[in-house]
Amino acid sequence: MLPNFTYERPGSVDEAVEQSGADGAVLHAGGTDLLGCLRDGVFSAEKVVSLSGLDELRGIEATRGGGLRIGALTTLTDVATDATIAERYSALAQAAASAASPQLRNQGTIGGNICQRPRCWYYRGDFHCLRKGGNTCYAIAGENHFHCIFGGSGCYIVHPSDTAPALQALGASVRIASRSGTRTVSMEEFFVLPADDIRNENILKPGELVTEIVLPPVADGTRSVYRKVRDRGAWDFALAGLAAVVRMDGDRVDSASLALAGVAPKPWRAADAEAALTGGNLDAATIARAVDASVEGAQPLEHNGYKVQLVRGLMEETLRALEG
Amino acid sequence: MSNNPDKPGSKSGISRRSFIGTLGAGTLGAAMVGPGTATAQEAQGATDGHLVVALNVNGRQLRVPVEARHTLLEVLRDKAELTGTKEGCGRGECGACTVLVDEVPRYACMTLAVEAEGGEITTVEGVMQGEELGQVQEAFVQEDAFQCGYCTPGQVMAVEGLLMQNPNPSIAEIQEGMSGNLCRCGAYDHIFKAVRRAAELKGG
Repeated sequence: MLPNFTYERPGSVDEAVEQSGADGAVLHAGGTDLLGCLRDGVFSAEKVVSLSGLDELRGIEATRGGGLRIGALTTLTDVATDATIAERYSALAQAAASAASPQLRNQGTIGGNICQRPRCWYYRGDFHCLRKGGNTCYAIAGENHFHCIFGGSGCYIVHPSDTAPALQALGASVRIASRSGTRTVSMEEFFVLPADDIRNENILKPGELVTEIVLPPVADGTRSVYRKVRDRGAWDFALAGLAAVVRMDGDRVDSASLALAGVAPKPWRAADAEAALTGGNLDAATIARAVDASVEGAQPLEHNGYKVQLVRGLMEETLRALEG
Repeated sequence: MSNNPDKPGSKSGISRRSFIGTLGAGTLGAAMVGPGTATAQEAQGATDGHLVVALNVNGRQLRVPVEARHTLLEVLRDKAELTGTKEGCGRGECGACTVLVDEVPRYACMTLAVEAEGGEITTVEGVMQGEELGQVQEAFVQEDAFQCGYCTPGQVMAVEGLLMQNPNPSIAEIQEGMSGNLCRCGAYDHIFKAVRRAAELKGG
């Protein structure tokens, strides 16, 4: 049984902000990650503040500027099956469809998906690790098959979200409500590395919540794709994933945006590979340069060196598919 | 076994289901009432720190005292005595607790009971007509789609939800649609056939 907590279901975003700012309060969107964390004692909650009464945070609609606004409580199923997203932001539709299982996608929300906690088995298990306020990372000398090869320092989690890399590559931003009003930050500004904050994966503070995600308009000639590798054929987190958004001008790559999943504590921008692609054709030589650039600076741990090869393979396969 | 819900299912004139129902009545923590409008918050503090939630389960209104931490699974099994829904992993991985909320499959173990207020909940008991099996259940029998049967109620509900969204799924769509339900006996091939059979029985 879950540990005890009180339950609030605010009727407005302002109330939710107020209630979730209290000590010991946690936010409940779909609840699929939260309940697992509470059950396993990863963290505790005195009060669960449910957002389920906030219908205004559900739904997908066009913005005046030609982009798309996705309410934070929109389910992953709705994101995966929305016709506009499938057509114009296909990397996001594919990422949402590849997350978890049908039941969890029916319940889990896009806002919750980008705010989910890491799956590191030391963090989730009975280990008082750095991320839980302890003084050591058990993954460094432990079973680190599923840990990061980029961006680790002190703590070596990977960010578990599939949708976050897709959103980042598509140039999305996150709208955040707090007591002082609302603000919008880019996906890249939203996530933090352990070197910046070893206890949190994003910039949200108590009393702040994601209300919506905003996608910019899509330029003509843009193709996007999300490709994911996992241990089994379904219902698993990414060993590695790649969201690729490429804008073509004829045969030439006008711009490229690449974000990796499952290999870093946040969606990992493969900036060197983007640079290798931009201005070139998607020919074999250019793709090979991008593949090499994509793993520059990788620092595998004892058991996760295979992820370097996975990233190389993902990059090559994905870019070749975009060419065709 | 009788297929007629009105016909007694045994010599004593008491069907297995009504017998269980009679046994349950004395200890039932849930009260059946007409359409209720009380929300968890309105009822908060009304019953010794319990909340009273109004749940619509299989077309009936239940008003149930719960703690905030109680999952829908715990309330269905322990308070509403609808034990067809099973607990497997208890952590949203196996699908044994799958129920429909507003026609959509969800894990009851990962849903707080208070969060299920306002939704139309359907459990495996709700797809039967008295003692008569639902079409998906019938398809599972015909295709021998289980061995131990423990995961079957969850599988059945996942199929019910899948066929509501997609009445005529391909094998690939069945495999994807059923990927949230594990079967430790490994009856997957038979389960996939049962989904096709159920689609035919439902006229998909």
